[in-house]
Amino acid sequence: MISHSYRIPDWIAKNSRVLDLGCGDGRLLAQLVETHAIDALGLELDPDKIATCLELGVSVIQQDLNRGLSNFNDQQFDTVIMTQTLQAIRRPDLALAEMLRVGREAIVTFPNFAYIRNRVQLGLSGHMPVNPQLPNPWYDTPNIHLSTFRDFEELCQTLSIRILDKDTSNLSGKRTWLGTVWPNLFGEVAVYRLTKES
Amino acid sequence: MTASLGVVTPELIPFETPLTLERGGYLPRYDLMVETYGTLNANKSNAVLVCHALSGDHHAAGYHESESNKPGWWNHYIGPGKSIDTDHFFVVSLNNLGGCSGSTGPLSINPDTGKAYGPSFPEVTVLDWVHVQARLADHLGIKKFAAIVGGSLGGMQALQWSITYPERIGAAAIIAAASRLTAQNIAFNEVARQAIMRDPNFFDGDYADHDVIPASGLGLARMVGHITYLSDVSMGKKFGRSLPREDRDAEGVNFAVEQYLRYQGEQFSGRFDANTYILMTRALDYFDPTQNESSPLSQVLSTTQCKFLVLSFTTDWRFSPSRSEEIVDALIQAGKPVSYTRLESTHGHDAFLIPDATYERIFKAFMDRVHQDLGG
Repeated sequence: MISHSYRIPDWIAKNSRVLDLGCGDGRLLAQLVETHAIDALGLELDPDKIATCLELGVSVIQQDLNRGLSNFNDQQFDTVIMTQTLQAIRRPDLALAEMLRVGREAIVTFPNFAYIRNRVQLGLSGHMPVNPQLPNPWYDTPNIHLSTFRDFEELCQTLSIRILDKDTSNLSGKRTWLGTVWPNLFGEVAVYRLTKES
Repeated sequence: MTASLGVVTPELIPFETPLTLERGGYLPRYDLMVETYGTLNANKSNAVLVCHALSGDHHAAGYHESESNKPGWWNHYIGPGKSIDTDHFFVVSLNNLGGCSGSTGPLSINPDTGKAYGPSFPEVTVLDWVHVQARLADHLGIKKFAAIVGGSLGGMQALQWSITYPERIGAAAIIAAASRLTAQNIAFNEVARQAIMRDPNFFDGDYADHDVIPASGLGLARMVGHITYLSDVSMGKKFGRSLPREDRDAEGVNFAVEQYLRYQGEQFSGRFDANTYILMTRALDYFDPTQNESSPLSQVLSTTQCKFLVLSFTTDWRFSPSRSEEIVDALIQAGKPVSYTRLESTHGHDAFLIPDATYERIFKAFMDRVHQDLGG
């Protein structure tokens, strides 16, 4: 279980409308309802996690992110969050575009494939990395679109997405000194705050 | 820990205030057959209204007379520790107006003529039912329901409540329902009505005057309906191509599924009234809160104040998941708090009545939160 980045609450406005794509058990949204009085909605596929969301009082729709967000209006939300899910989506580029169509801002986190442990595992043993950040073997993993800080920023440029803020954290959602200095090498989780280039 | 409600007793409640109906009819007075489970709290905030579907009635949970009888139609979901937890909620369940299980309907005596209404019973709509249910709430001293829940036609009543009495409903659970019927769905109802009306014993609805019932037509209507409530998968599993059971009448029957349908038809025509069946299917057909799309559903729902749970079942083709998703999308467009799950099931439309662990868990999680938000 990867914890949510410590930075996310800083980027959420009080009383704003927030959509969380792949909201899991709804903990992040429930926390933001508590601290920021947000109007929260989550999308999730797993019925067990949906039940936990409902217990927490978080509204949640069962919806496959690969089928887009066509049922949402343009700019319906202040912020659209997607934590640790972008790499598991069939078309991350389309997902990002959709997020910034329905939301004014987007917050995206994903595992940084250029993290030093992955580089060492791939570089020295010649195997696809398997570790706490990427626990699944290559043939049976939800993570079908792994990328790095650099890759992601290139994509943002192509899609005319402006990076408002960026950060990195470890798997527990905490900041690390090395990761802050050299994110593409020492950052385990990439954390971005985005908006559409105006 | 879940337990049974045990033996429950319905109550007939008279209403002496006249009622003008949406489609022009008038009733000088009426009775409602009502069951309640659990205890109404001191500030009367913990009431849950359960709305029944086409062939349901007030007997939603527990047992009549003895636990050896068949339990109420939603017994698996209503009771101590269950999805609608009677340790928390005061559950109100009634037989709708026009029904045939004790509430005023075609079988009741018309005070103006001294004989049964029969086919002259006025047409009722989902909106009429909702107004009548609101009067029942007044009678019970309930200003606002904590939740209103129902499956199929019952879900339509919950939806109508959220629109008509937004300040009197805290949460709506709309299960295996639709915001209005499709042409295909109306067509199935019309076949059922024609089966009844073409029965030589129907006598334009005045069968009581001839001391008969249109049993064959009503049975056929039920057979058609029943097929649409099941799924290809569930029928395949239950019957496949197996041969009739020998311990039951099998005359002229070639396959077990035929025997089953005939049995269902016979059982139904023995307990249900044909005029009520026609009236209830018409209420279903006419239900359309958008009034022929004169305003989009999202606009109709824009004045609602409750939170919503919408549930559908994967193999339901009578009220398919995409119909539930129309409601969900309209609520999203309107910016209303809505949760939705498309539940895996092989049971078709009937799935909303059948025990299922995931369905139970999600329904219970939603209802428990409703209770929690009442403030304990």
